[in-house]
Amino acid sequence: MKGNVGIVIVSHSADVARGTALMVEQMVGREVPLGWCGGDPDGGLGTSVEAILAAIDKAWSEQGVAILVDLGGAETNSEMAIEMLPESRRSRVVVCNAPVVEGAVMAATEAASGAPLDVVRRTAEELTPA
Amino acid sequence: MMQDGGMNRLRASALIRHEVGLHARPSVKLTKLAKAFESKIDLGLSPDGPWVDAKSIVKVMATKAPKDSTLYFRAEGSDAEAALDALVTLVNEDFPDGP
Repeated sequence: MKGNVGIVIVSHSADVARGTALMVEQMVGREVPLGWCGGDPDGGLGTSVEAILAAIDKAWSEQGVAILVDLGGAETNSEMAIEMLPESRRSRVVVCNAPVVEGAVMAATEAASGAPLDVVRRTAEELTPA
Repeated sequence: MMQDGGMNRLRASALIRHEVGLHARPSVKLTKLAKAFESKIDLGLSPDGPWVDAKSIVKVMATKAPKDSTLYFRAEGSDAEAALDALVTLVNEDFPDGP
């Protein structure tokens, strides 16, 4: 398989998602496919399955996509989005159990080296106390 | 650079001059560079360790090496010499932005 694992950032806040994506771009670089989404269509806080699907599409890589989420609905909506993906893609997208900002930077650093999806996920999750 | 004991392992060190030490961005750069090599590469804050995997971003960032501390590297593998050269250069040049 070619290319690096993609990273998707899902926050309740568009500002948090955008800021996290900027940190990944500036700290790690642009060699990692990146998608992000946050907020509801009216500009409030929230997450939406449609926006998450679009972000996965933007960050899509044959190597798969690791999703970083903040709270509650970000996780459940991400899981719902994964279920709605075509079957060929579904098994190549994971939600990481990691803090969104730190996890995104760590996961992207790992992904930039060409590491496979399970390694990228494990690196992000190293931040989470067992 | 020096040979480490009888083993096929090389060592090198470099003084970290970056204003805030080995914080987030330098850690990412160091880890990305280490990952570009096949050799096993360790990072320590003293010549005797303790050692952490220089290819682990979580562990490298957790070293929190302050300004004016010396980073010690040891590498073992086919490209160990090139790896140590590159890492020492990165630190000596104060973690410049890559291409």
